[in-house]
Amino acid sequence: MSAGTVADWLGAACLVAGGLLSLAAGIGVLRFPDVLDRMHAATKPQVLGVLLLLAGVALRLRTTSDIGMIVLVAVFQLATAPVAAQMVGRAAYRSGRVDRSLLDVDELAEER
Amino acid sequence: MTGARSPASPDDPQPPGGTAPGDGRAARSRNRAVRWRDRLTALAWMVGVWNLLWGRLSWGNLLGGLLVGLAVLVFFPLPPVTFGGRLRPRALLVLAGRFVTELVSASIHVARVAVQPGYLPRGAIIAVRLRVRTDLNLALTAEAISLVPGTLIIDVDRERGLLYVHVLDVRGPADLPENRDRVLATEARIVRAIGSATELRLLDTPAPDVPAPAAADPDPPTDRGQDQ
Repeated sequence: MSAGTVADWLGAACLVAGGLLSLAAGIGVLRFPDVLDRMHAATKPQVLGVLLLLAGVALRLRTTSDIGMIVLVAVFQLATAPVAAQMVGRAAYRSGRVDRSLLDVDELAEER
Repeated sequence: MTGARSPASPDDPQPPGGTAPGDGRAARSRNRAVRWRDRLTALAWMVGVWNLLWGRLSWGNLLGGLLVGLAVLVFFPLPPVTFGGRLRPRALLVLAGRFVTELVSASIHVARVAVQPGYLPRGAIIAVRLRVRTDLNLALTAEAISLVPGTLIIDVDRERGLLYVHVLDVRGPADLPENRDRVLATEARIVRAIGSATELRLLDTPAPDVPAPAAADPDPPTDRGQDQ
């Protein structure tokens, strides 16, 4: 089996795993009861899902310019997803759209 | 959007644990050199991104990237970061390795909670006081903990170095100090990788805990360090 075939199979596995994680993230966003919980789903499995999809694409394409672009997408995905989630979470919290009954402790409320 | 900030505007944050504020001509000129080094790094990064976006390296792309990068630096100046100026490769590897494993376990955890039928996770918002209060450390720690198990950043108190963190899937009071420790451990790994020697020393001091009202305080008494 040539190195190209191995890379193709690895890429396929990465694509399937990334797709499944993105699906789980989507289910989480749909099912979680609250904005803050939903943001958890929108950051962790979503980011890893995208990273795995990118790895799969990179393993399939295998050209320098494509890999450069893919690395760039990955870096910006890692840098921006937490910021976006934080902006949404903070906006939801400050406008009182967080379900307090789901929280055991809220030290942010105690500060204000 | 107002114009460019002067390099020595008085509201520039002084790092509590970083270099001393310029108390002499030597320190001031060194600060200026550091600012120029930071700007050049940013410019080099933007030229690199520009070339990656176009997909190939050419003189035209280099020139275009240079022009765009200069325009970004002139029209969107950023407050200075307090980078110690030193990367530790070994600590950086530890940080990256732990980050990847934690990202994987966090994703699996959240995915499992998401697809578990009939399970309603409990949450909590806890305040964590970081030991190194520079902007760079606050930002990097906040980014990193949003991608590791259980935690998500909600709000930041920049003056006091406090991160307000939402914890997903809280099962009992013991989970909260555990998550606090996890945030502090992430901070420690980041500082070990990129922090200055002064910041490294700050890590060894016991973490000052957030004074919370006793009624809702989930921490055991031993967890409470001295407050500043």
